[in-house]
Amino acid sequence: MAFINLKKREVQVKIVYYGPGRGGKTTNLEYIYNKFNQRIQTQMVTIKTQGDRTLFFDFLPFDMGKIKGYDVKVQLYTVPGQVKYNATRKLVLRGVDGVVFVADSMTVRRKHNMLSLKNLQQNLASYKKSIFKVPLVLQFNKRDLAEQGIPLLSLETMQRDLNTHLKAPTFEASAIVGTNVPETLKKIISMTMLSLEKELK
Amino acid sequence: MTYALEQSQLDGIESILQEDFIDLGVHCAFLIDMAGNIIASLDNARHKHDVYSLAALAAGNFGAVSAMAKMIGEEDFSLLFHKGTAESIHFSKVMNEFLLITIFGKEVSLGFLRLKVSEAIEKIKTILEPAYAP
Repeated sequence: MAFINLKKREVQVKIVYYGPGRGGKTTNLEYIYNKFNQRIQTQMVTIKTQGDRTLFFDFLPFDMGKIKGYDVKVQLYTVPGQVKYNATRKLVLRGVDGVVFVADSMTVRRKHNMLSLKNLQQNLASYKKSIFKVPLVLQFNKRDLAEQGIPLLSLETMQRDLNTHLKAPTFEASAIVGTNVPETLKKIISMTMLSLEKELK
Repeated sequence: MTYALEQSQLDGIESILQEDFIDLGVHCAFLIDMAGNIIASLDNARHKHDVYSLAALAAGNFGAVSAMAKMIGEEDFSLLFHKGTAESIHFSKVMNEFLLITIFGKEVSLGFLRLKVSEAIEKIKTILEPAYAP
């Protein structure tokens, strides 16, 4: 639910990083926070449990600068990935304008990715939103682990598992070193802005 | 579900926040939607807070409390109050989609604030209802 302030000529949009637990959603935001901290005036807000897992959400407001005369303020959120936190995951999705699905490339996480994507579809549906219509980017994270000999899913497998029907843009990424993290963000922002423009016409 | 508010509507909301809260000693008053977007925010210039983060947390917090309400068979809890040593926060729902948040110190009594909040909500509704048709 983007909000347009015609007085300040400002648009606020909400982008949510979704995906299975320990997939790198928070790491994406942390990388963005450290890389672009000159554009971010506030602290990144995180609600974590003792074990360093996201309990409720992480939040990072981000100034995009001007697009078509409007100041664009992007609010980045992550959800808790663990299955048991679905109630809070649903809350964070309220009013979402764009979604980044962070999938874990490790072979052992294959099923978790599919279940989490299904869960995203269900939770969006509870707000009467279709996963096929909401701006969505898939990020295949942890590609760097191949160098350490950890078995990874092939890109073809991940495309087939997750993207056969969605046909969303995808990025191979490593959130920890930052590979394709800004690119993922740029893509979802431009898709979200385009979808807003369409909605407003 | 995108919505926009015009200058005149935002001016109207801001003058309500100014007259009903800031002029009466409330430190900070802001109106947000349940997605965590800030619609209007005012403060007395002495008490500045990071309203963007506060809005995100407030929307999440209110959502969590609403979910708790449903679990015990309540439709909703329409207001929340958190008491601090120097400053306290009061949250109140405006229609189904908005939250009015006020931050105030010891010099403002809770009873008086609640009275002003319910008056302000009625006035804000007359502005928001035509603009926001879900």
